[in-house]
Amino acid sequence: MKLQRALVAAAAAVLAGEALAADVTVGLITKTESNPFFVKMKEGASQEAKRQGAKLLTGAGAKDGDNEGQVTALENMINAGAKGILITPSDTKAIVPALQRARQQGALVIALDTATEPQSAVDALFATDNFKAGVLIGQWAKAAMAGKKPVIATLDLQPGITVGAQRHNGFLQGMGLAKADPNSSNLVTAPQVVCSQDTHGDQAEGQAAMENCLSKNPDINLVYTINEPAAFGAYTAIRAAGKEKDILIVSVDGGCRGVQGVVDGKIAATSQQYPLKMATMGVQAVVDYAKSGKKVSGYTDTGVTLITDKAQPGVPSKDSKFGMANCWGTK
Amino acid sequence: MSTVATTSPAPPRTDFLRSLGSFPILGPVAALILACIFFATQSDRFLSGANFSLILQQVVVVGTLAIGQTLVILTGGIDLSNGMIMALSSVLMTGLYANSGMDPYLAVLVGMAVCVAFGVVNGWLHTFIGLPPFIVTLGTYSIAYSLVRIYTTATITDVPPALNFFGDTFRIGSTAITYGTVAMIVLYVIAWFVLRSTPAGRAVYAVGDNPEAARLAGIHTGRVLIAVYTIAAISYGIAGLLLVGRMGVGDPNTGQNGNLESITAVVLGGTSLLGGRGYIMGTLVGALIVGVFRNGLQLMGIGSNYQVLITGVLVILAASVDYLSHRGK
Repeated sequence: MKLQRALVAAAAAVLAGEALAADVTVGLITKTESNPFFVKMKEGASQEAKRQGAKLLTGAGAKDGDNEGQVTALENMINAGAKGILITPSDTKAIVPALQRARQQGALVIALDTATEPQSAVDALFATDNFKAGVLIGQWAKAAMAGKKPVIATLDLQPGITVGAQRHNGFLQGMGLAKADPNSSNLVTAPQVVCSQDTHGDQAEGQAAMENCLSKNPDINLVYTINEPAAFGAYTAIRAAGKEKDILIVSVDGGCRGVQGVVDGKIAATSQQYPLKMATMGVQAVVDYAKSGKKVSGYTDTGVTLITDKAQPGVPSKDSKFGMANCWGTK
Repeated sequence: MSTVATTSPAPPRTDFLRSLGSFPILGPVAALILACIFFATQSDRFLSGANFSLILQQVVVVGTLAIGQTLVILTGGIDLSNGMIMALSSVLMTGLYANSGMDPYLAVLVGMAVCVAFGVVNGWLHTFIGLPPFIVTLGTYSIAYSLVRIYTTATITDVPPALNFFGDTFRIGSTAITYGTVAMIVLYVIAWFVLRSTPAGRAVYAVGDNPEAARLAGIHTGRVLIAVYTIAAISYGIAGLLLVGRMGVGDPNTGQNGNLESITAVVLGGTSLLGGRGYIMGTLVGALIVGVFRNGLQLMGIGSNYQVLITGVLVILAASVDYLSHRGK
């Protein structure tokens, strides 16, 4: 009886799949819905879904780090019949059991922007090479600081998150100050780093962290920031201390506000990434899977470009005009 | 009417001729049923055993946190520390096994013991020092928050099979139901019975309704309050255990919104924040309302910003109904 019922159900599912091949449902789960990076991602997914005639469901955690919120959205999307899930995991380890359940239920799962731990917990990863993004600003800073002894503050994400560690570690490796495993979620350090604080990528927290770092060591002359909001927070603190001429800020993201910060001279250099491309490729992959049953796999680098108006010899970069033309978020 | 309320500590009995305020569970139940009917018309996937089982799974953690929150609010208090006490217990239960090799059952006991300690401290500071619960639990929220991070900043993935039990499922027909769902419902039934049918339960209402009158009636209000905060903390520990079962990990970033989410469930369930009035089963309905809206809106393809918006509107509606139906009494 049970087998019979299962067969009927399976047949019905196959028929339904055939009939609805034209409207595939794709789920997009971001860390938050407010960060312009994810807004751009959603825009890319929504455009591509429209082009492909697919239905897009979106969801997010209440804030960065909210794993339960993402799991809830994921489960609801699977129940809504999503063929594939595109997710930027807030907690790269904690999300794994839920992703495994989704894959067992037949969904294609693609991580966007942020790798899960282990990376094999998803079918595929479409992301910036965050380690390379860090290496680029590290190499640039090393060249720009030529002759000066670096005294460094790092304004990081939060503990245990791959993206945060990859950018931080890449930066220190690019500076030539430390050797790091590109996939580690643990921060490396160096004697030149005199202050490290978590900012959760938040501007207000970035400002408070920089204020604390400056009172800890007023000689800081180079600041690495996890993203541009944290960089702007740091700049506010630095300007309040009257040190904006003495301290270089480097960052990662390439949002339009961030690139404007490069134009204004607040941020010296930033590594630009491309969320729209991640989402576009993700929707395409899910639609392909729904039509052909073929799953994408492995890691696809969605590219990163160093944006600065003070190009350094030997470090490939583009100017802020290029950055503005390719940025995300409101200008 | 006010004399009735102060001299009779028992929860209001069913009397349909009185206003809705005398039987506050009707409103939430009606809202839940209407929401279900609405979503059933919007999505053919809503009305299925699997989907309802999922909604229940999704409210297990907040629902269990809200049992303790309801007890505290019935005494006229509030507990801001509940989500972080849960987080602390869940990282201890998993971490003591994964990092220190402790027997998993012993680790659970240690986690529960820490919860009890927090509950006793909350209750003691409120009753004997006389600090308002808002201040006490704001403090213990921060303490538990930092203790979690001092203990671990990394997600604990090496969870023993015994702790995954509440995430495991059994089948009724073709619908898989988690043991965590059953555990939550059993806890609600116990709480409902105790509050409704035992002297201890009536003492909780009495203390919340009018502490002075309760004291004059021979109720040891200090003991009642300490017991309430402690039992509440035990429910947070159980919520931590259910959370580990549901998520399959010990997550140090969890629980930060547990206080507001559980208060939302309590308010949606028709319990008055002023204390002394409300139903524990209303809280379960309140938690389900949040879960049904979140699930139904997602099935309709409406994003999470709107899900939160609607929760906000519902909270204000529920509180307004409670306020208007009791004004002038």
